[in-house]
Amino acid sequence: MSEQSQSRLDIVLRIFLGLGMILALYMALIAAPREKSMGDLQRIFYFHVSAAIAGMTAFAVNFAASLMYVIGKKRRWDNLALSAAEIGVMFFSIVLVTGPIWAKGAWFVWWDWSSKRLTTSLVLCLLYAAYLLIRNYIEDPERKSMVSAIFGIIAFLDVPLVWLSIRLWSDSHHPNLTQKTGGLSPSMRPALLICSIAFELLLVYLLRRRYFLETLRGEIETLERRAS
Amino acid sequence: MDTMHYLFAAYTAIWIILAFYLFSIHRREKKLQEEVQRLKRMFEKYQQS
Repeated sequence: MSEQSQSRLDIVLRIFLGLGMILALYMALIAAPREKSMGDLQRIFYFHVSAAIAGMTAFAVNFAASLMYVIGKKRRWDNLALSAAEIGVMFFSIVLVTGPIWAKGAWFVWWDWSSKRLTTSLVLCLLYAAYLLIRNYIEDPERKSMVSAIFGIIAFLDVPLVWLSIRLWSDSHHPNLTQKTGGLSPSMRPALLICSIAFELLLVYLLRRRYFLETLRGEIETLERRAS
Repeated sequence: MDTMHYLFAAYTAIWIILAFYLFSIHRREKKLQEEVQRLKRMFEKYQQS
């Protein structure tokens, strides 16, 4: 893709992202109905869940890119895996900050270790934070890419565990949204859908920008090699 | 039960995290672009001499 069409795509993406975020805020804070027992506090849910979905998507991208790196050993896959891991950690930071604020308002506790989804989410975030950290401690670039690709593949095992945690273990704080009864009210679904789409757009935008950083880093390495 | 301040705190935290991350990407991008330009200038000078 040419540089001109890349920047055109960036502009289009920014416009859609801006509009998507405004619409998401409107849906979450105004349009969505007020929940009976928690009141307006429940509105945290829309961005909290959307951030979790975007974070898991980022980790899925990391998994796929890590797998591709192990197969083909192409640097671009390692760059994509690194970018996705960093963005996934950022999204899960949002989840882990908004979760306790919501919990404090709704259940008067900041954290409940008995909730398996909370615990597995924390473990997931720490795993990918470790992924980012270990990259700093390996000097050899090829070894660094390979070790982190294998780490990324193994770390991804926690993602389905987070997703399925409410099915595997009972969790009073996280109802199963996919079940037919007792899940999310149909009137709240459009707001969640719009917020999720806005966060997925944000993920695409951030991935492009973060990946570009690694492209620049590669360019510097090439120039430095030529200089030496 | 007034829980509006929790809602406000949560949404503020979300925007602070997003703004901080975007700023961090922008700062790193600027630094790397400056480095690329510096190296390119160095090569041009070397080729001219």
